[in-house]
Amino acid sequence: MTDETRTEISLLVNGETSVLIVDNRRTLLDALREQLGLTGTKKGCDQGQCGACTILVDGRRVVSCLTLAVTADGVGVTTVEGLAEDGELSPLQEAFVRLDGLQCGFCTPGQLCSAAGMLAEHAAGWPSAVTRGGTPDLDEAEIRERMSGNLCRCSAYPSIVRAIQETAVSR
Amino acid sequence: MREFAYQRATGVREALMADARYLAGGTNLVDLMKTGVETPDRLVDGRGLDLGGIRTAGDGGLVLGATATNSVVAADARVRRDYPAVSQALLAGASGQLRNMATVGGNLLQRTRCAYFADPSEPCNRREPGTGCPALHGVHHNHAILDWTEHCVATHPSDFAVPLTAFDAVVRYETLAGPGEIPLPEFYPPVGGRPDRETVLPPGALITEVVLPVAPVTRRSRYRKVRERASYAFATVSVAAALDVEDGVVRDVRVALGGVASRPWRARRAEAALLGGPATPERFRTAAAAELAAAEPLRDNAYKVTLARNLIVAVLTELEGQR
Amino acid sequence: MIVGTPRPRLEGRLKVTGAAPYAADVPVPGLAHGWMVTATVSRGRIRELDAAAALALPGVLAVLDHTNSRRLNPDAANYFGPDGSLPLLQDDVVPHAGRPVALVVAETPEQARAGAAALRIGYETEPHDLGFALDHPAARPASTLFGPEADTGDLAAELAASAVVVDEVYRTPEETHSAIEPHAATAWWADGHLHAVDTDQGPYGISRVMATLFEIDRDRVHIRAEHVGGGFGGKTICGAQLILAAMAAEHVGRPVRVALTRRQVFLATGSRPPTEQRVRIGADASGRLRAIHHHAAFALSPLAEYIEWCTEQARTLYAAPAIRTQLTAVPLDMLPPCTMRGPGATPGSFAFESAVDEVAERLGIDPLDLRLRNQPSVSPVSGRPFSTRRLVTCLTEGARRFGWGQRDPRPGVRREGDLLVGTGVACAAFIAGTFPSSASITAEADGTFTVRSGATDIGTGARTALTAVAADALGVTTEAIRLRIGDSDLGMAADAGGSRGTTSHVFAITETAKALREKLPGADLPVTATVDTTPLINWQPDQERNTYSAIFAEVTADPATGEVRVRRLLGMFAVGRVINPLLARGQLTGAMIGGLSMALHEEGVHDPVSGRLVTADLAGYHIAAHADVPAIEADFVADYEPQDTSGVNGLGEIGSCGTAAAIANAVWHATGTRQRTLPISLSRVLSP
Repeated sequence: MTDETRTEISLLVNGETSVLIVDNRRTLLDALREQLGLTGTKKGCDQGQCGACTILVDGRRVVSCLTLAVTADGVGVTTVEGLAEDGELSPLQEAFVRLDGLQCGFCTPGQLCSAAGMLAEHAAGWPSAVTRGGTPDLDEAEIRERMSGNLCRCSAYPSIVRAIQETAVSR
Repeated sequence: MREFAYQRATGVREALMADARYLAGGTNLVDLMKTGVETPDRLVDGRGLDLGGIRTAGDGGLVLGATATNSVVAADARVRRDYPAVSQALLAGASGQLRNMATVGGNLLQRTRCAYFADPSEPCNRREPGTGCPALHGVHHNHAILDWTEHCVATHPSDFAVPLTAFDAVVRYETLAGPGEIPLPEFYPPVGGRPDRETVLPPGALITEVVLPVAPVTRRSRYRKVRERASYAFATVSVAAALDVEDGVVRDVRVALGGVASRPWRARRAEAALLGGPATPERFRTAAAAELAAAEPLRDNAYKVTLARNLIVAVLTELEGQR
Repeated sequence: MIVGTPRPRLEGRLKVTGAAPYAADVPVPGLAHGWMVTATVSRGRIRELDAAAALALPGVLAVLDHTNSRRLNPDAANYFGPDGSLPLLQDDVVPHAGRPVALVVAETPEQARAGAAALRIGYETEPHDLGFALDHPAARPASTLFGPEADTGDLAAELAASAVVVDEVYRTPEETHSAIEPHAATAWWADGHLHAVDTDQGPYGISRVMATLFEIDRDRVHIRAEHVGGGFGGKTICGAQLILAAMAAEHVGRPVRVALTRRQVFLATGSRPPTEQRVRIGADASGRLRAIHHHAAFALSPLAEYIEWCTEQARTLYAAPAIRTQLTAVPLDMLPPCTMRGPGATPGSFAFESAVDEVAERLGIDPLDLRLRNQPSVSPVSGRPFSTRRLVTCLTEGARRFGWGQRDPRPGVRREGDLLVGTGVACAAFIAGTFPSSASITAEADGTFTVRSGATDIGTGARTALTAVAADALGVTTEAIRLRIGDSDLGMAADAGGSRGTTSHVFAITETAKALREKLPGADLPVTATVDTTPLINWQPDQERNTYSAIFAEVTADPATGEVRVRRLLGMFAVGRVINPLLARGQLTGAMIGGLSMALHEEGVHDPVSGRLVTADLAGYHIAAHADVPAIEADFVADYEPQDTSGVNGLGEIGSCGTAAAIANAVWHATGTRQRTLPISLSRVLSP
């Protein structure tokens, strides 16, 4: 059944369309890394337990390690390589560097994509587990809860939260 | 992972005809396929089906489409207003990323997170009937305290299913022989001697909707989850409860527990002990004790009995205080 | 002066754009993928290994196992001595569960993984022993590589003369580094040379081990580790990923990448061993300590020597007429442990500083006060003076900022709603020093300088710090410095470990800059100076050299659920001169959070029957997430290390040391119950 186990898909990644043939077993994470050479997205656990592989699919943050590439045919993907525009860091990226919201840097692409997706979710009025009542302010407790799917073993957590909060306020 | 064929379903009938494993968010299935716990030959992707909506039912209840994501359901204004415990349970589960992927139907069908189940090199009656249950005398700190058998002591991992069980939500499904529905409290059978039979869904059935019935009590409801870290962890014990009190008397009450049994545990003894009586902390304690009287903790998880009891009391007290 | 000013890390831009290449990111033409297979029994032999089904699968190129692998030199060693875990796939012996027993090589990772799943391996199981205990029958004195045990004064007499004696046992579980980057290596051979991009904390040292294993000259081994996704000690050992990638690349004649799964990282890459520690402290009624006895046991593997040096605090933190330390090793059928963030000192300080708190409790003395009353003027064991010791300032300044003065000493009496609230303090010392390293600097014709060092930056900020140090030493701006690190070809260098990486590399670079500046006048450019600091290091300094911390914690405990949360954490540190306060603060807060995670969450658990690790993923082994981490502050007291020409000390590990004890002491203050076993999980708080 070899013919049925591979599929041609089209992906719009960081604004560029790519057509590729994927082994149905291949995750979107491995397709990005191994076939498109976009190694900025990291494999930290490959089982949805660390968040390092977080990317944006049609604007929503997901873990690419549990997304089969074959299911992503036709979607728009933003990876960490697509966050800067024309070589200019996004405000979030700039704040991460300036406030040192990173150490080893391995979880950083996931933290950044997750933060970008999280800010959009908050802007859409989505609640979190610590939200009480209506639309929440994005205080530290809200940011921490909403970012908890991104583990950082260097534990740059306080500076990551500061960088996100600063970016959110300046928006 | 074994090689497999993949197709996208554009209609429910086509999906049913495919004779394949259904894929929705993939947050559990893809992981289990990587480790070899699940070995489907063919996947049919249900996310293209028109099952992602949330609509008001004729009687005022709410119908959640099977492929609506956890995030969308949790953020829905009607869910937050009329069924707050459902929104809270979804938000207490997993992470923002996973909630954007996971779906209503998939959530109900997720497999236990017992570490022995997840490792194909270990025996496990749930994965391979007849091979044994290493958790029974092994590491079972976070396993069942109610209704387990020597065949399996694992717990059900879903947060979402806990308030659904408390609220008598109904699962609707389609099969080639026609549609059907199952109330949540009956959806998961007792573990008995066949832990591999995880639901009473007929073979090949595709979940299409989950119906949240109208009940005034659900408006004052709460889901509280206790776990070994503040977020992004499965429950140690969780409680979904709803309380309707008039003139100091309990008119309606719902309580269900997560993390204590192979299925979400409807606390009917506690409910019976409360119904028609005064809404006082003493009564809450009596009711919690009545429910946990049947608990049979394993060697290393007796703390869960205390925890479940305390948590029932805390959540009911909080709900009573909200009036 | 650039040193001393806060500056963002130099590779920050690369890291936030995804452009920084880690070991599994480097593209190599013709790459094949290796999938490691690990043993599923805790002790025994491989009875049969049938690769036929795997080899028949599409894309599978080879299966390496003990029957067909090249021979490796059994004399390979790690820091502690000969290491029998290094020669992989040499025989049918399974010394512990998780031992690599095969590698499947295929065209793609998916094919390799499918091949691994298709291997049929039968084991002959032998009885195993993982029953760790201080009084285990196989217990033996630990290696004294770090020096003799302390034994001063008359312990029995001082204990007998004490008004109170605390005598308690404390336990810490197996813990795993859990760097977010799993170990990965890409290796290839060319003209008898081995090339590899690896995940490790010191490519130079790793190149030496690989040269021994493969019996080739070290200068034929070229290991790069340009960016490393966290280490915490877990990448100090020459890893299975690299050894297997090199073996496989030779076997199939192509470049091979071996990337471990998260599960394999848990099973096959070393962890902090469990400890059991008996601490006896006697004091007179005024709070003067008379006797300190710290007896710590840790587990290890018979395959390799190892030291979890838990007794360091007892010999340096407080003055007492009698001090005795004892360190016991218990050989078990476990994965060989390796150093993890603040090895020894972190679990040791949990036990020791908890016991000190118990002395204060029994005497009714404020625990901060007790610590201040017993400060030594010279090292209480060696009698040597301290090179610098600003611990008292850490304690007093920390107490002022934390608001310690308002603390009600009674336990279990502060409530906020349903929650109990408490505060605690602990302090710590961590041995500091310098290891031999080399550096070379070239003055280029265009006025810039190329600095070469075998250092690695595993997230410590070494790249940024060393650039600043080089610029100051050469009297130029950082723009004029081109620093090259992370490559075994760049010269002998200490690894990023033991809180000594940056100190050692700073020393090498400043000495090299000095040598270059002497050569420069009138020289034709480019001109290069190279210095090896080996002969410059004083191994017998007449002063004791440590870094110090005081940690203050505030916690809440929910008596109904047992949930403990840390609400506030403050660390005051004396770490010599600080090269870059922005990055140093990040490293210290990160280490404090590591200590928080240890205190509340982390526990590796083995099946009591099979001995296998049950918590082998990040859902079963919890590390602190964003939501667990409170407002946290780390700051420095003014300090300068006179033993170092730049005044610096390492600070990678001091942050994790005192944190668990401060939190445990705060939990006691909140609840009135001592938690002597980590982690302080809700079941432990809930249980009577």
